[in-house]
Amino acid sequence: MSFDAAFQNQNFKSVGTRPLRPDGVDKVTGRARYGADFNMPGQLVARVLRSPHAHARIVAIDTARAAAVKGVKAVITAADLPDLSNGDKALFNILDNCMARTKAMYDGHAVAAVAAIDEKAAKQAMKLIDVEYEVLPHVVDVDAATEPDAPILNDAVFTTGIDPAPTTASNVANRSEFGHGDVEAGFADADVIVERSYRTEQTHQGYIEPHACVASCNPDGTADLWVCTQGHFVFRQNCADLLGLEVSKLRVTSSEIGGGFGGKTHVWAEPVALALSRKAGRPVKLVMSRDEVFRASGPTSATSIDVKIGATKDGKITAATATLRYSNGPYADIWAELGAMTSFACYDLKNVKTVGFEVLVNRPKVAAYRAPSAPMAAFAVESAIDELAQKIGMDALDLRIRNAASEGTRSSYGPVYGPIGIGPTLEAAQAHPHMTAPLGTNQGRGMACGFWFNFGGQTCTDLNVNADGTVTLAVGTVDVGGSRASLSLVAAEELGIDYQDVKAVVADTGTLGYNDMTDGSRGTFSSSMATISAARNAIAVMRQRAALTWDIPVEDVYWEDGHAKAAGAKYGNLAPLSVKEIAAESGNTGGPIAGHSELVADGAGVSFATHICDVEVDPETGATSVIRYTVIQDAGKAVHPAYVEGQYQGGAAQGIGWALNEEYIYGEDGRLQNPGFLDYRIPVCSDLPMIDTQILEIPNPNHPYGVRGVGETSIVPPLAAIANAVSNAVGVRMSHIPMSPPRILAALSRQKGE
Amino acid sequence: MSSIAVSTTINGDDVEFLCRADETLLDVLRNRLGLLGAKEGCGTGDCGACSTIVDGRVVCSCLVLGAEAEGRTIETIEGMANGSELHPLQAKFIEHAALQCGICTPGFLIAAKALLDVNPEPTEEEIRYWLAGNLCRCTGYDKIVRAVQDAALEMRGERA
Ligand code: FES
Ligand code: FES
Repeated sequence: MSFDAAFQNQNFKSVGTRPLRPDGVDKVTGRARYGADFNMPGQLVARVLRSPHAHARIVAIDTARAAAVKGVKAVITAADLPDLSNGDKALFNILDNCMARTKAMYDGHAVAAVAAIDEKAAKQAMKLIDVEYEVLPHVVDVDAATEPDAPILNDAVFTTGIDPAPTTASNVANRSEFGHGDVEAGFADADVIVERSYRTEQTHQGYIEPHACVASCNPDGTADLWVCTQGHFVFRQNCADLLGLEVSKLRVTSSEIGGGFGGKTHVWAEPVALALSRKAGRPVKLVMSRDEVFRASGPTSATSIDVKIGATKDGKITAATATLRYSNGPYADIWAELGAMTSFACYDLKNVKTVGFEVLVNRPKVAAYRAPSAPMAAFAVESAIDELAQKIGMDALDLRIRNAASEGTRSSYGPVYGPIGIGPTLEAAQAHPHMTAPLGTNQGRGMACGFWFNFGGQTCTDLNVNADGTVTLAVGTVDVGGSRASLSLVAAEELGIDYQDVKAVVADTGTLGYNDMTDGSRGTFSSSMATISAARNAIAVMRQRAALTWDIPVEDVYWEDGHAKAAGAKYGNLAPLSVKEIAAESGNTGGPIAGHSELVADGAGVSFATHICDVEVDPETGATSVIRYTVIQDAGKAVHPAYVEGQYQGGAAQGIGWALNEEYIYGEDGRLQNPGFLDYRIPVCSDLPMIDTQILEIPNPNHPYGVRGVGETSIVPPLAAIANAVSNAVGVRMSHIPMSPPRILAALSRQKGE
Repeated sequence: MSSIAVSTTINGDDVEFLCRADETLLDVLRNRLGLLGAKEGCGTGDCGACSTIVDGRVVCSCLVLGAEAEGRTIETIEGMANGSELHPLQAKFIEHAALQCGICTPGFLIAAKALLDVNPEPTEEEIRYWLAGNLCRCTGYDKIVRAVQDAALEMRGERA
């Protein structure tokens, strides 16, 4: 049945309300089961041995002594995970990251693993694995890695995207370029030009739940995996590929997930747990420690970015360029490319060019982190825009409004925009009382804008109408922050029934068709589209059942307010049939009633936000505190506004931590010095003020309810908003994130020395 | 290694267990007693996901040895509701959407309960400093603080 995804305006009854979430009670009583809360009979405990070196050749590994420890049931190395990648480079990189093959590429890279009957035996065995390393020169800094004399991580990497193709290996894996117009001509037309370089340090997603799984390879060749993941179908594919299983033989169940923010979109330990289980012939539980989470899972890129923007005296931007170098860890990905695409997405520019370089360094493989790559680019661009406004003598907000993209603008990364929210968020900021509230000594106000694409993707959903008229909704996108509530609202809306009568569950890979990850802010966008489609299919079935009951043609039955109704005066005395009534008769009218939906959710509407923030800088210590914060963002349509606000607030808080405090600190030896929450300090309750939110709703034309993704854009503006606020508070322009107290103090004393 | 026999009170019930000398209270709760509500976010006392109340004080159960439970009174998240009646803090956390992923929630509820036990009328600042030992990466704390304020109000009987 063809599905019309076009936006249709309507008066919503369920969507837009704030009911209690269905998984709330489990989560406040401690009953909800997360990755580490699952156990199987006879399960073994796994531990992973990790490289203490940033870069080292693995000369030999001898596991004999470890395997002989009493209680040890399996010891594995890369040899137990043979290379089945068959020329698929991306798959090989996943494999190599899960278990180092010829070289350890970063401090924390897995080199071997054990499974034992208890923690004690496992730990003892770990000490008895003999690894002979040949330590190699390393490089962890994104700029140093591009120097001609830098140690090369991978001899087989030659920069792609440049012509002619280079003949020597490089740590720069790829060059990408976006833009249009003639930037040289544009700069020639400029009265004022700002040209600056910026740096941001590497941060971690910082989910409170470490990666955890239970793997069970069974004697009949099937396998089960219970895991905290943002995408159990993708994990199934990756694990099956790496272990040589058919996907149907591997059933993956996603547990409740204790935060992911992109970091749980990649397999790290799951293939290792499966390989251990296969070798030991018993279930294996693998839970990463916090130290391992920091050293060996998901940080975002460190970056070095150059920006140049020119404008006329009256504030029209004539040209803009950015060169972005993003660290990738040891494996090439598209992080700089995403940065290059997002850099100037907020603006309507005649001449724009961005160039991204993917840089390999001896740090953990970079994983997506909420609007991946956009916050750093926005930090650079939005800082430069502020400075440009100062130079012109124009209000920074007015300058942004003057140059904001709008419907019909050709974006800096290519596509032409439909209806978008950047202008409205800026105008809402202008009208917001926060903008005119008084400020005290050493206080300053800053603002910045942010953009994220939002993803759609493959989605499959089942909607079953039970005999009592309640509805079970099975979705395949993991619920990372309330989506079961949102999707239940959507099902209730479309069917015209009560929210309380819908129960949404996240189905495992054995019971539902393929679904892409919950990433790119796609969870509610895509699965709500699939839910609407499934509900419409169920309605079609219910109309047929009503037609059968009434013995009239189905074309004469329409659906309204949760009821099948007979059209036309000739059926005047037929009382409408409710879902409950139709369901009660289903056994006699053709059996169970269900609506199924499989689709590719296209047209995820792009998302824009404007943030306003006030800071106070202590000139004695350089410490900065955020004293007021406002998030204004377009949601398209806020399905469950409380959880939309939560996304806005959570992203802002992560951005604040990134801006002021969080960073990976490496020693000369290339080892991570702060792999714990004590030294890698994320914002705590006393660090933050209330975070005010304003939800704008500019409908996405490509979704029946106008929904856009909301999860990620909120982390994009804070870095720049805070940097701009610091500049306005104490007059120093911070070009290096995080703006930790020592960096601010140094800037203040440089300023005094001038 | 020989095990240690421990007698303690957990959520009002007498409980006896055996543990090794190096096992933490968190290990015992999760691995021996099946009380999985306390979570291990760090194992080093930095995240508060493992918060429990021991003799009226909030502790990180990852920093307490199982053997130290001997003779003490322990409250965990599993004992917070009165049967099927949620504690006001639990109800307010759901009502205010004070959880997203929810992994931090048991720890916050335990810590907040300990706060309201000693200070039924905390200011926003007192709430923020009291809860500063509990990390939440999802919410930005705004809705958590509001939920605690609202629960305190309700528990004082100032609003139904
Ligand atoms: S697990 Fe105990 S404080 Fe983090
Ligand atoms: S709700 Fe996810 S860490 Fe607090």
